[in-house]
Order: sequence, then C-alpha cells, then structure tokens
Amino acid sequence: MVSVSSELERPQAAAAPTREAAGAALRIQDVSHGFVLHNELLPVLDDITMCAEPGEFVALLGPSGCGKSTLLRLVAGLDRPRQGRLLVDGEVIAGADPSRVVVFQDPTLFPWLSVWRNAAFGLQARGVLKQHRSRVDDVLSLVGLTEFARVYPYQLSGGMAQRASLARALVNDPRLLILDEPLGKLDSLTRLAMQGELTRLWRQRGFTVLMVTHDVEEALLLAQRVVVFSDRPARIRADLYVDLEYPRRRDHPEILRLRREALGLLGLEKNW
Amino acid sequence: MSVVTAQIAPTGQQNTEALVNAVPAPPTLLTVSGLGWLTVAALVIGLPDEQMVDRTGLLATLLACAGAAQLLLWAGSHVAPVLAHAGKWARWFVALAVMITAWELATAKFNVLPLPFFASPQAFIAVYTDDFPRLFDCLWHSLLLLSEGYFLGAAVGFVSGVALGWSTSVGYWAHPILRLVGPLPATAWIPIAFFIFPSSAAASVFLIALATWFPTTVLTWSGVASVQTAYYDVARTLGANQRCLVLRVAIPAALPSVFVGLFMGLGSSFAVLVVAEMLGVKSGLGWYLQWSQGWGAYANMYADLFVMALMCSTLITLLFKLRDRTLAWQKGLVQW
Repeated sequence: MVSVSSELERPQAAAAPTREAAGAALRIQDVSHGFVLHNELLPVLDDITMCAEPGEFVALLGPSGCGKSTLLRLVAGLDRPRQGRLLVDGEVIAGADPSRVVVFQDPTLFPWLSVWRNAAFGLQARGVLKQHRSRVDDVLSLVGLTEFARVYPYQLSGGMAQRASLARALVNDPRLLILDEPLGKLDSLTRLAMQGELTRLWRQRGFTVLMVTHDVEEALLLAQRVVVFSDRPARIRADLYVDLEYPRRRDHPEILRLRREALGLLGLEKNW
Repeated sequence: MSVVTAQIAPTGQQNTEALVNAVPAPPTLLTVSGLGWLTVAALVIGLPDEQMVDRTGLLATLLACAGAAQLLLWAGSHVAPVLAHAGKWARWFVALAVMITAWELATAKFNVLPLPFFASPQAFIAVYTDDFPRLFDCLWHSLLLLSEGYFLGAAVGFVSGVALGWSTSVGYWAHPILRLVGPLPATAWIPIAFFIFPSSAAASVFLIALATWFPTTVLTWSGVASVQTAYYDVARTLGANQRCLVLRVAIPAALPSVFVGLFMGLGSSFAVLVVAEMLGVKSGLGWYLQWSQGWGAYANMYADLFVMALMCSTLITLLFKLRDRTLAWQKGLVQW
C-alpha cells in the first residue's frame, strides 16, 4: 500500500546551498484532535504521526473535510492538539510564530491596508519594519507586484491577491511555509502559473513546505512527498515519494503512475 | 484600452475617457433662471410694500446680483467649460425664483399671510443684517457646546465599544448596563443632570455626550465583535500580540461600523443640543429660538432655523468627508 522510493534526495538543497539551513524540521507525534459539536466530540484527526525534513516539500492530500486544514492549524500553533505532540526543530509548538507562516485558501489580505502595508504587516507587528523596509520591496518584486504596492486589495484580481498574500508570508523569512489550498480558488491558467512560481520560490529559498491540497496532480507536480489521508477522522493512508526533477511534466509516466495510485488510495481509481 | 489593463487598473480609469469627452454644453437654462431672478428683483423694487418692512432695496439688490451671476456663469461657460457644470443646478435656480416670488407676493406685497407669524423675505434678511452679532455669538456657543459634548461622547463611546467587543469580562459587566440605560433618551436625564452637575453648561455637555455615546458604543462594539476570525489567525501567525490585534486588526476592521455610530451619534447630539440650550444656557441657537419666540419675533426664528440647518448639514458633511478619506479602501460608499 505504501510506496517507498529509494533514498530520498533533496535537489533543492543542492540548488540553493547558501540557504541549506533555512528549512525547519517538523515532527508530528501521535496527534489526535477533535471538536465539540452539540456536546459530542467529533474526532477529526486520528493518531497522526509524520515528519518533514528541513527543506522538504510535503503535500497533504485527502478528501475535502477530512481534517487536513485542522492539522495545519495545529502546526501553525493556532490551536492545540487534544493528544500528541508537534515539534519544530525539536521544540514543542506552543503558539503562533512568524517562522511558521500560513497562506490560506482565501488571500485574507487586510482590506484597509495597501498591498505594501499588507506585506509589511509581519515586520510591523514585530516592530522591525524600520530596519527591514527593503525586504518588503524585495518580496513584492519576487511575486511581481511592485507596480501594485500602493493599491488596495479590492482592486486586485484573485491571482494577484494570492500572490500578495504569499509575499506577506515570505517577508518574514519563514522556516516552515504552511499552505492551506493556496491555489484552490484560482482559475486554471493562473493556477498553473502560480504552481511554477511556488516551486521556484521554494527552491530558491529552501524553506520547508507543508501544503494541503485536494488536487492530486498539483500535489504530485509540486511536492517531494505526498501524504494521503483517509476520510474523517483523518488517518495517514500512504506516504508517496515523488522522486523527479523540477520542473515536472504532468504527462511523465511516473507522475501518471503515482496519480493512479493516489486516486486508488482515495477510492477514485475508476474516475480518472 | 486592452481588456487586461481594464481588469487590473485601479478603479475609475475606465471612465476617464467618457468624462473627458463629455464637456457640457453652455446651459441655456441658466439664461432663463438668470433673467427670472432679475425679473423678481424688479418686482420687489417695483411693487409697493403692503407690510411694514425695511430692507426691500437690499433684497432686490441681492436678487439682481444672483440673477447677474447666473448670466455671467452662462456667458463664462463659453470661455471656460468648467463653469458649465453649474448648469446642473439651473432647474433649482428657476424653482427658487418662483418660490421667492410667491413668498414675496404673499407676504410683503399683498399681506395674504398675516404678521407676525409669517415673515417676508425682507424681514428674513433683515435678521442677518440687524441681529448678526447676537446670531453669530449663538452659533459660536452652540458649536462650542456641541463639540465638547460630541467629542467627549464619541471618545468614551469608541473606547467602551472596543472594550465591550474585545474583552469578555468587560462585556459581562457592561452589557446589562448598556442594554438598560442606553436606549433611554438622553433628554430623560435632564431633571437629574441639572441638579447633579454644578453648572448648567456641564449638564448640557453631559447630556450631549450621553446622546453621542450610546450609538457610538453599540456600533463600535458590533464592529469589533463581527471582525472575521481569519484576520486574527493571519495576524497571529505573522507575529501579532494582543495589543497589535486590537490596534491594527480589530479597530481598522471595525471602522466602517464605527462611522455609522458616529453619524447616528451626531444626529442625536443635535436633538439634545437644541433641548439643552432651551433649558440651561444664555447663548446658543436653541436658546435664540426660544428667546425670539418669546418676543414674537418669528422672522428671527426662521433665520435661526436656517442657520441651524446649515450648521447641522455642514457638520454631517464634514463627518462624511472624514469617513470617505479614512475608508478609501472600501468599495461602494454612500455619497452624501
């Protein structure tokens, strides 16, 4: 059931040697979580144990509503697990921290701030904006929004808003980038372009990525490892290694094989 | 303009071409209204006054000046097209000329509407020429009293609204009080306020502040309480502490609602201002209203009402301008 490729290679580490230590190591140990709904405990995560090596790109794949986003909230430190532990670089996650930034499905830009101010929010919140003003300009040019720095969010298209949201995360130089279906609401062309940008940024900067998606192809094109979850309460069904060079082609035989396997694990093998 | 730029361009750019091309033609209706006003001026001077009035000459001069100004606007719009924008008010100018004529004929000229209850246009203008110092003093004192009360009430209302929306323990204690006391009209406190406070001026400030406080608090509170939790999540992962969450997320997100509260508070503060001035002060537009009624000087009352309307309207306009500047990030604001 679990396909394990040979030794896991980390091509991005070779691509960006200066940033080798930029990524954080994540350990999720025996984590179970649930919500109280109508006085009953609704189990959402069931005994999840997994890890992500520094600089690794891990995709979490599963049916919608299975609890992937809940796991991301735990990793981000927005919620505490009912059981188990989450560790980043050996330390238990005690709360939200700018070294672990989340990009949500909705861009959730602050509508009262211009794109530049949105991107600068993290630095300003920590009181270091004055020393690092140029970093805001840098990330905006990285995501191609330099010309739109003074514009308010309502004036942006969906793809631009999501890029601004990415810039707002990247300005903090995160060691772990947490992506909750970041491309889920984009049109298919913008989505393809953004997938390319995402891998480029990751290889350039070397942070660890944890990305939730329910798009099998997206997971296989972007990630080095795809963790497949069952329906709620989420259990890990498989850990697929995608040992391919970037940029990847969606018609590569290995991608097609893994895609079939992943869809099979999700109970959808007849639908492809 | 390509489709792509139209999509990503800041709003309003698509319409600029249409605006530039639409240079309005010189409005002919302005000549009609201008000549109309000159005619009214001639009428005022020509017909004998039935009532005992001064300032007939001044009224005719003012009307003639207004008429001449409209004709000048029309002539000038041939040279400077900007002036042609005045043309959109031409229908109002015509209507005003008709109304003033009717008013003048019914009062000063034919005495259909009896004195002293109905004042002629001359008498109305005479108030401003003869009683200007007192009226101006009243306006000044009203503005002073109103701004003391309003700013106090708005500030306390804003702070208490934020505290109510943010802190559950503040909400626990303050909510019942707010629910019980808030809906009570501020004017109901008049008897108590005037013996609790050392001076009637302080009591008036308190009443105006109270009237402003309630809507400001409730709407600030509801604004803070209805901020999407997603904004807090994002801000927390970006390293925001509690202080930052309140100041940089909760308050800005609540501002649209806060401005609704400030607007409603301003409205009720006007109401209380007039009542408080009738009771406890020696100068103010509300006081002037009662004072002139006492003397049977109805023209003064109308003149005072007009000043009051101008003051209230101007203050509301200023508040809306402030809101438009502060909330430039919001789409689709109501234009005042």
